[in-house]
Amino acid sequence: MAIIETKNLTYTYPGATKPSIVDVSIKVEKGEFVLITGPSGCGKTTLCRCFNGLVPHFYQGELKGEISVSGIDTLKHHTYEMAKHVGLVFQNPENQLFALSIEKDVAFGLENVGVSREEMRKKVDWALNQTGIYDIRERSPHEISGGQQQRVAIASVLAMEPEIIVLDEPTSFLDPLSAEKIFEVIYRLNKEQGITVILVEHRLDLTAKYTDHLIVMDEGKVRFEGDPRQILSSEETRLIGVGIPKATLLYQMLKKEGLNLGDKTPLSSEELADQLLEALSPQ
Amino acid sequence: MSVFDGLRFRKVYSPIHNLDPRIKFVYVIAIFVVAILFYQIIPLLVLFFMQIPFVLLARVQRQWLRSLRGAAFLATFIFVVNVATTYFTSGYLLTAANVENAAAMTLRFVVLVESFSVFFLTTSPDHLGLALEESRVPYEFAFAFTTAVRFVPVLAEEAQTIMDAQKARGLELEKGGLLKRIRNYVPVLIPLIVSAIRRSLELAEAMESRAWGATKKRTNLYLLKLHKGDYALLAITVGILAVAVYVHFFVSIPTIASLL
Amino acid sequence: MIEATDIRYSYPNKVEALKGVSLTIQDGEFVAIMGQNGAGKSTLVKHFNGLLKPSVGKVRVDGVETTKSSVAALARNVGFVFQNPDHQLFSETVEEEIAFALKNFGFQPDVIEQRVTWALNLLSLTQYRKTSPFLLSGGERKRVALASVLAWDPSTLILDEPTIGQDHEQKEKLRQFIMQMQTQKKTVVIVTHDVEFVAECNPRVVLMKEGKIVADGEGKEILTDPALLELSSIVLPQIAQVFTKLAPLGFPKDVIDLYEAKQIILKAKESKQGR
Repeated sequence: MAIIETKNLTYTYPGATKPSIVDVSIKVEKGEFVLITGPSGCGKTTLCRCFNGLVPHFYQGELKGEISVSGIDTLKHHTYEMAKHVGLVFQNPENQLFALSIEKDVAFGLENVGVSREEMRKKVDWALNQTGIYDIRERSPHEISGGQQQRVAIASVLAMEPEIIVLDEPTSFLDPLSAEKIFEVIYRLNKEQGITVILVEHRLDLTAKYTDHLIVMDEGKVRFEGDPRQILSSEETRLIGVGIPKATLLYQMLKKEGLNLGDKTPLSSEELADQLLEALSPQ
Repeated sequence: MSVFDGLRFRKVYSPIHNLDPRIKFVYVIAIFVVAILFYQIIPLLVLFFMQIPFVLLARVQRQWLRSLRGAAFLATFIFVVNVATTYFTSGYLLTAANVENAAAMTLRFVVLVESFSVFFLTTSPDHLGLALEESRVPYEFAFAFTTAVRFVPVLAEEAQTIMDAQKARGLELEKGGLLKRIRNYVPVLIPLIVSAIRRSLELAEAMESRAWGATKKRTNLYLLKLHKGDYALLAITVGILAVAVYVHFFVSIPTIASLL
Repeated sequence: MIEATDIRYSYPNKVEALKGVSLTIQDGEFVAIMGQNGAGKSTLVKHFNGLLKPSVGKVRVDGVETTKSSVAALARNVGFVFQNPDHQLFSETVEEEIAFALKNFGFQPDVIEQRVTWALNLLSLTQYRKTSPFLLSGGERKRVALASVLAWDPSTLILDEPTIGQDHEQKEKLRQFIMQMQTQKKTVVIVTHDVEFVAECNPRVVLMKEGKIVADGEGKEILTDPALLELSSIVLPQIAQVFTKLAPLGFPKDVIDLYEAKQIILKAKESKQGR
């Protein structure tokens, strides 16, 4: 059974004149690394809020259609019940850390659900280790860099041991190297812990290589869903303003000029470089 | 990083910092009560000097001196008013006893300031928040306190950025008369308020997502435990109170003027 | 022209953010100041319109020393657009927002009217003239902030992290806009760590680390030096990554442009077939 499934999901914020997501039907399998992209205002963030019930419980408004996450109907269950299953990491690290020490922040969710102190300590330490911030656990949030803050945010949802982690543009405020480190942490959690990851990102240059399931949204609708290699090589994807990775673009441009590097559309510089080395090396 | 950096709390470790904030608070209240109990200068001087070992142990002497300096103006005021009133009410007589009395009143005020400043200088906000949580104060209140401490420096920094952004658009905050100057701050205040509202919404969203309000029986990662030092401080506090009460009722305290 | 001569700057908390920086930006240049968060990029550019004055050293803007002038006077020639538009928007309508600086600088009402119309048009905001800026989307708010600075037509434009949170299309529009400024001989300085954006624009790159300039030169040169970039927590642009790996084929390493990359590869293919 799919871990997330939506059917004709349509949602309008209170007071808004038109819906933010329209007829969204998607299916995510357990253990997948899903990438959602699309131009600003396409409804990506709103969709993320549906996964843990922030929409409609926190935002009110009207949600139509069906949604099931970890087998739970989020329409009927409040966000605090979903927190054990779905962890949400937001764009701005600053506004999701509220305690005065990092480990206290990581413990916040566990404290809220009333986990015993001994068990909490274990889970907190595990989450700190998984995200590589164990050594700075006693510092306060403003003593650490933005990249570290975002790791704290990840650790703090990880401590709840959710089946799914949803990250809404988690690296837009970070420098490229810190961003890459964050993506590696997420990728490892996906591969080693089997956590289903849903990552919302503009910057496919940095992220396309991690995914096997891409969802492209535009104007509230799902425009493409499926194999990233196929979607990113289609002309329409480019037309709706998705930033295709440069390596993929170069591959397509070469193809147009008659240099076919193979059937596999590359998603990263490594893949393209390998193809080029093979095609251009003297025999 | 800005002029507002002073608002940020720092973690310092010292025997005094490690004490349980609740016991420290009891101690401060005891000093407070004792200070009110006496109007003679000698016991107040004793109280004043008794705080100094704490200050030194906590290594906050510099900040402590600064807070005393801050109180200097009010202290002078109290002294002058006391001297003046006795001078006028006692038929234009300025006696040594009157001056001493005024000095004692001033010292009482200084002792109060001193002990509270030791408390706040040696208690980190997270410790204080924890103490609030464990003192049956509703959790929402403790949370509001620590979150405020967390975000005051952030907002201060933001205010600085907004001021810079508006100055870069030719806003001159110091230009014009008083009314105009107040109006000059509108372009700073509106973005600050809008952004604070936006921030609080994002915070609420993050809190909801992390199971805020899931159960009434909230647990806590930390537990405040009383250590040897805390018991020692408690003993000292009880000792001070006992001695003070005894002295107050059974010992007649001489004035310095009478000793000379 | 902006000239910084061996400037040092310490914040009130004694943190030294600039440790001896010298930099000259000629009129009409396009410069990207890059580096890790906390490298001193923003601190440096805040010296260009006098928001900060150096603790040691001198900053001259068009020959005037910043310590001898005010922000309001310097800002007349040096426009500064902050990263987050929400840190400056406060008016009831977009039109008033754009007129704000013009009023501060003492323009005549008819000139203000004219400039506002011009700026709205330039950033395709005309339809929002009477709308509250708070009702616009993030990308639109960013454009209003930009328009509110462009309106007084400063000769130098400083953009702090203009691409943060922007999608592909918005970035492309920004790139075109900067190119347009360039044809009008405006000086443009951007502070950014968006390598792909810089690779597309190909400006002069100034790389900073821990309050010092560690490299200054053509984008092509600096963005293809892995050792240098790693020092500043920046990754190579994707095309440069590909070409670094193609070194065994005898390809040049200093390629960041997509079209140049295509040409080189096609040529290599031809010569291979020719053999």
